Amino acid sequence: MPAPTDHPITLTVNGTVETLVLADPRVSLLDALRQRLGLTGTKKGCDHGQCGACTVIVNGRRINSCLSLAVMHDGDAITTIEGLGAPGALAPLQAAFLHHDGFQCGYCTPGQIMSATAMLEELRAGWPSVVSDDLTAPALSDDEIRERMSGNLCRCAAYPNIVAAIRAVADAAAPAEDAA
Amino acid sequence: MRAFAYARAATPSDAIGADGRLIAGGTNLLDLMKLEIETPDRLIDVNHIGLDEIAPDGDGNGDGLRIGAMVRNADLAADDRVRRDWPLLSRALLAGASGQIRNRATTGGNLMQRTRCPYFYDLAAACNKRDPGTGCDALAGRNRNHAILGASDHCIATYPGDMAVALAALDAVVEIEGAAGTRRVPVAAFHRLPGDTPQRDTVLEPGELIRAVTLPAPTGGRQVYRKVRDRRSYAFALVSVAADVTVADGAITRAALALGGVAHRPWRDPDADALLVGRAPDGAAFAAVADAILRGARGHGDNDFKIPLARRTLIAALAEATGTDVRTAA
Repeated sequence: MPAPTDHPITLTVNGTVETLVLADPRVSLLDALRQRLGLTGTKKGCDHGQCGACTVIVNGRRINSCLSLAVMHDGDAITTIEGLGAPGALAPLQAAFLHHDGFQCGYCTPGQIMSATAMLEELRAGWPSVVSDDLTAPALSDDEIRERMSGNLCRCAAYPNIVAAIRAVADAAAPAEDAA
Repeated sequence: MRAFAYARAATPSDAIGADGRLIAGGTNLLDLMKLEIETPDRLIDVNHIGLDEIAPDGDGNGDGLRIGAMVRNADLAADDRVRRDWPLLSRALLAGASGQIRNRATTGGNLMQRTRCPYFYDLAAACNKRDPGTGCDALAGRNRNHAILGASDHCIATYPGDMAVALAALDAVVEIEGAAGTRRVPVAAFHRLPGDTPQRDTVLEPGELIRAVTLPAPTGGRQVYRKVRDRRSYAFALVSVAADVTVADGAITRAALALGGVAHRPWRDPDADALLVGRAPDGAAFAAVADAILRGARGHGDNDFKIPLARRTLIAALAEATGTDVRTAA
């Protein structure tokens, strides 16, 4: 059994530099955000990377915060749902989820919105998915949204409205000739 | 999760011969540690050792590709060269896991992922892979997703991944560095058959580090990855087929097939592939090669269906790769 060692780490969370001392390296990034930094918008669902409720954006990439140790993220920049928007100043996806009723209980919603935020960036960067007919030029479709969001489960099955919300934001951000 | 010590490696040499378990993306290892199936005393974090570039490779012409072990699955699948010249690899990567996991999972780590056999995951079950000598509850248990090829009386677990199946069909090679130097192992020989030591998934020795995976120049064949699963997305394969097939003047001149979800490793059978060479691409040729690949297949009850499923999936993948309509040709 290893002797406990303190691990001081620095995370930039939603633009704020946070320094934590982890007495035990077992703390997941998810638990560090929720329990040490009080950012409880990020949810713990399955805690095994299967449901996506814990999705946050680390250095620009969406990941499952439950499947990563906080100590592995020393020096990283993290965005959580709290950093995306605020009451009165919602991010476009937050507003779209409200408008399209993209939830019932709401537990999966922060993860859905964080995942969709990064997913739309991946699409803008031209990343393909397994349902892309042409790997070099993926086109936005509801099928693409469903495939790319398959790491986020919704037990209330609000999927049609989640797809509609994401679609609305994607279409609004698309160049005019594509949006027509 | 059991307690462990943590250290961050700064260079590959910090990780070679290190006393501890290497952790890269951690998407499989941490899950297994939470369940106390894996209980390392010490983790060596290799996320900051570099080895994260994709570069031209090959003898002289540079038509191959060298993929650093720390290249994330998402980056590899989206790489322009991979999309253009090895679409099979992109397709296989994108058929696996979720967007979040592909952002974390690495090339080397993905090769090291462990089986999803439910008895391996159940600490109360007998499992020779998790706890050698205890037996195998899958043999007479719920074995719907277990092996039909290359299994033993000690273990019928499958290797679960997609990426390695594509790499095996593409004749990729794993570059491994240890204290004694560098060695190169074909991906198709990297994972072991279970035999009587199913606790060993791969030929990687303690203290060794996967540095890269290299791809030879593309063959010019048509590449297809076909994955059959219970759910359309974010599910492991029941059966998958990777195919790279070249047709010239109405005859097959080269074929490489690999199967996933059916064995303890990506399943290659070059002797069977060779049966296709010189034949016209038609249903009879595809059925002959599928039957040859599956001649030793054996079901264990729940997974008997995988034998005809693998046969059909092989034929469908070959039909797709050669543009053949087997519904009328067969």
